[in-house]
Amino acid sequence: MKTQLHTLETVAAKGRLLGLDMVYQCASGHLGGSFSAMDILTVLYFETMRVDPARPDDPDRDRFVLSKGHCTPALYPILAQRGFFPEEDLKLFRSVDGHLSGHAEMHHVRGVDMSTGSLGQGISAAVGMALAGKLDQKDYRVYALLGDGEIEEGQVWEAFMSAAKYHLDNLCAVIDVNGLQIDGKTADVMPTEPLDKKLEAFGWHVLKVDGHDLTAVAEAFEQAKGLAGAPTMILAKTVKGKGVSFMENQAGWHGKAPNAEQYQAARQELAAALAEKEGK
Amino acid sequence: MAEKIATRAAYGKALAELAEREPNLVVLDADLSGSTMSKDFAAVCPDRFFDMGIAEANMVGVAAGLAACGKKPFVNSFAMFAAGRAWEQVRNSVAYPRLNVKVVGSHGGLSVGEDGATHQCIEDLAIMRAIPGMTVLCPCDAHEMRAAVEALLAYEGPAYLRLGRLAVETVTDQVPGYSFAIGKGALLRPGTDVTVVAVGMMVQMALAAAEQLAGEGISVRVIDMHTIKPLDTEILLQAAKETGCLVTTEEANIVGGLGSAVTECLSSAYPVPVVRHGVKDVFGRSGAAQKVLAAYGLTVEGIVDKVRQAISLKRG
Repeated sequence: MKTQLHTLETVAAKGRLLGLDMVYQCASGHLGGSFSAMDILTVLYFETMRVDPARPDDPDRDRFVLSKGHCTPALYPILAQRGFFPEEDLKLFRSVDGHLSGHAEMHHVRGVDMSTGSLGQGISAAVGMALAGKLDQKDYRVYALLGDGEIEEGQVWEAFMSAAKYHLDNLCAVIDVNGLQIDGKTADVMPTEPLDKKLEAFGWHVLKVDGHDLTAVAEAFEQAKGLAGAPTMILAKTVKGKGVSFMENQAGWHGKAPNAEQYQAARQELAAALAEKEGK
Repeated sequence: MAEKIATRAAYGKALAELAEREPNLVVLDADLSGSTMSKDFAAVCPDRFFDMGIAEANMVGVAAGLAACGKKPFVNSFAMFAAGRAWEQVRNSVAYPRLNVKVVGSHGGLSVGEDGATHQCIEDLAIMRAIPGMTVLCPCDAHEMRAAVEALLAYEGPAYLRLGRLAVETVTDQVPGYSFAIGKGALLRPGTDVTVVAVGMMVQMALAAAEQLAGEGISVRVIDMHTIKPLDTEILLQAAKETGCLVTTEEANIVGGLGSAVTECLSSAYPVPVVRHGVKDVFGRSGAAQKVLAAYGLTVEGIVDKVRQAISLKRG
């Protein structure tokens, strides 16, 4: 890895703390899926992707599409730490006085490549970006993050078919497999497994990884760069609500803001985790 | 009489002819390229044509991604599926992020004919118009369609373009001083007693109705409102003031389309009688196109009746 593991760990820990503050301040937002995705986003923006915060519109940059567009409490803290906008701005998350909308938005939030929020649509846009890269013979790569509940949308499978048809090996998508969605366990709401076999049957390269093992995630993205002829799907096994003991693996924390007591308890855990990293 | 040409034929021809001049033009279809006529582009420019299969939602999303990288995508299907099935993708992945995607719905209205109600999209003008920032076009003939495609290529932003299935008479090339601009209605025939505001293939019928009524001494102004959004309020206000009543006519539901747009405009700006002619909030049915149109009153006689009604509603 180019970036030290310790740096990545610190960014992810701080990202969770910032995300918690964002959601608590506006009393709304999606912490469960943001915390399951935080480590993946950390690796993307601090290790894998070719991006320059000074030139967010660089036509040769790598692109990222947050197809699970509600997980801005993960994306925005990472973008802020990466230098796309001041961390101070996070205080106006979901506020009419700020520029950080509840779901990812590309015109007002520096560093966001596609407006998303309606599930199943972001992956199609990522396919289009990858197709444009092929047409223009550019070497940028396109990344997309989907939820494992999101893939119940039929459009996602339309997108998977089209990415394989056009041999988009410049596209690497990740499914954040935390096993939960709003109404409960994904396996109960709408079973989607076996994802590896389904994706392989759809013509994708498939890699599996522990979505909280920063080194393993970084290696998977690196490995995907070398997989030619077809897009790559990384199935990242994760824990919804990762980092806050009482939120972990609880579907109820999908889109709920903590009350004051819960906030203090969560903050204590996340602050301690960050202090441990920073103290190293 | 001039040769009849379908607007979809003129559209395909225009795309093919403009392919070389517009290196960023890319065309997507959903397994209907032989009907939408995007096949004409595919024939001359196969590298920039993408058949996305019967998957309109993904097609629109892919177009959004292409546009985000500087391409100028035109996505094609029947109006029912481009505007209907993929409506939310058009709203959230194209219009909300203001991406430069042209959504093209062919076979709009009842004139799809034999395929019946499931394929006769009469709601596209209404539902596309309801999206903030969306431009909505429905040219009436081959000459106007060519101009519309060129204008859309020059226009940066989301737009919907409706194409017709049937071959129709080319009329706009006969009008002295005719020019096409998005958002500017075209005055095709002067008149003082009543104005007929028409769109798509109802334009030709409106001209025929005006000719028929002229024989009775009724002077009918005909406006070709090829752009339903943004609406040309100036030409409407002038018509309301000078002719005192209007008829709108469209091959679409009378709920939400051209008639609604004109009524919304005039009710607050200069209220005069506006009679809406179109599909009367019912589904279509199978049949030969001309017979279906006749069964639903989308005829010259249908317009003539509405003109008489509008004139009878005029005050003092």
